[in-house]
Amino acid sequence: MSEAKKYPAPVTNPETAAFWDAAKQGKFMIKRCTACGEAHYFPRSICPFCFSDKTVWEEASGEGTIYTWSLMRKSPTGPYAIGYVTLKEGPSVQTNFVDCDLTTLKIGQTVKVVFKPTDGAPLPFFTPI
Amino acid sequence: MTIKGKAYIAGIYEHPTRHAPDKSTAQLHAEVAKGAIEDAGLTKDDIDGYFLSGDAPGGAWPMVDYLGLKVRHVDSTDTGGCSYIIQLGHAAEAIAAGKCSIALITLAGKPRTGPPQLRAPGPEADFETAYGATTHNAYGMCAMRHMHDYGTTSEQLAWIKVAASHHAQYNPHAMLKEVVTVEDVLNSPMISDPLRRLDCCVVTDGGGALIVTSPEIARSLRKPLVRLIGHGEAMKGPGGGKDLDLTHSAGIWSGPRAFEEAGITPKDIKYASIYDSFTITVLMQLEDLGFCKKGEGGKFVADGNLISGVGKLPFNTDGGGLCSNHPVNRGGMTKIIEAVRQLRGEAHPEVQVSNCDLAIAHGTGGLLGVRHAASTAILERV
Repeated sequence: MSEAKKYPAPVTNPETAAFWDAAKQGKFMIKRCTACGEAHYFPRSICPFCFSDKTVWEEASGEGTIYTWSLMRKSPTGPYAIGYVTLKEGPSVQTNFVDCDLTTLKIGQTVKVVFKPTDGAPLPFFTPI
Repeated sequence: MTIKGKAYIAGIYEHPTRHAPDKSTAQLHAEVAKGAIEDAGLTKDDIDGYFLSGDAPGGAWPMVDYLGLKVRHVDSTDTGGCSYIIQLGHAAEAIAAGKCSIALITLAGKPRTGPPQLRAPGPEADFETAYGATTHNAYGMCAMRHMHDYGTTSEQLAWIKVAASHHAQYNPHAMLKEVVTVEDVLNSPMISDPLRRLDCCVVTDGGGALIVTSPEIARSLRKPLVRLIGHGEAMKGPGGGKDLDLTHSAGIWSGPRAFEEAGITPKDIKYASIYDSFTITVLMQLEDLGFCKKGEGGKFVADGNLISGVGKLPFNTDGGGLCSNHPVNRGGMTKIIEAVRQLRGEAHPEVQVSNCDLAIAHGTGGLLGVRHAASTAILERV
């Protein structure tokens, strides 16, 4: 079902291109600030916490837990479940849950990243482990 | 420097329509402007400040020209549904600073006739758009987590809709006038877990407008005096994903700012207009504004506590967005209008709060579960 869904290709820009290049290699990247040590998502060149420009790319484990979710019962492309995953590295990311029974999702459930193709770079989604 | 008492709401108008396929959006803006100007007993040429938001076609200079205004101050702040509550504060600031003396604020549009214009993409677009955040599922995510953290139930949320429907039965313009029960809400179809159809507001065409002016001018006009004594605005988003908490809104910051400026506490409020895009919106705002402790909103709204004449905190006595009107998917304007009606003693007799001298109008804009703004206005009858 979700495999058949067509997702829009990321537009990308100079600030985020490295994220999408890594996604093509199956890597899920976050940004970390070397000044304050905090990781953040989605990636910015200037740290949203301390405003330092000393931010670096870091490959994340791609694993985390469901913070919350909601199953949209109807849409032009069928039912889909949106939610936030809190990564092992700390930041929470907005996503959709895929490749599972969407009615059995639970807050606290462990999930991992999976990439789905677009006409451009692949997009990160999460699925229960 | 404070805006306390520096600005009065001298004119209000809510368009009676809920479906306007035969009118243009600009025309609806003109009709609500005319209504509010006439309510204040003024003329168009008295207006020297204009406040408009993302719903006004073309923005500031096309709308000023279309309406035939000659203004010396404009503000096109767009913070979604709470734009008009934020602009009420901005109008007070402009009046206090002498930048204008009679401000017009308008809202109008036709989302029931056709889909509203999409917002221009923000810097997050590539990392979020594909996941299909809508109002339904963004607020659903908040409700889901609130239930998880605090044991809030669907029955408790349903009481908010029940209270709104009790009020809407007296509003001849309300889109949904039928009184509903908790069971009706629970039996309505699931839209986006855990929110059901009757947890959601209506979609309506229409609009509203306000006239905001100085104390001196307000006293020279014929309407009962209603003034702004406290105002707050704030924004909240995932903030880089650190310490995500979707169980509170930016109202935890806008509310205390407004109460502090007004010099009152939530206990003093006689009537509350609370943005009700969804039932969960009301519950979270009541907690964030301090009407009850965080996590106790479910208990607070249950058993008719929000019904005028029944409970302790009468809310949205026009039927609110849940039952009456939600023009342009932006609920802030009608929140101010019903609060002014209550303070003037012009609400429907069945829902009029007796001796209503202090009211709150609070709203959010954007998506509570993603990123949003909030604004709080405290109004006083003089």
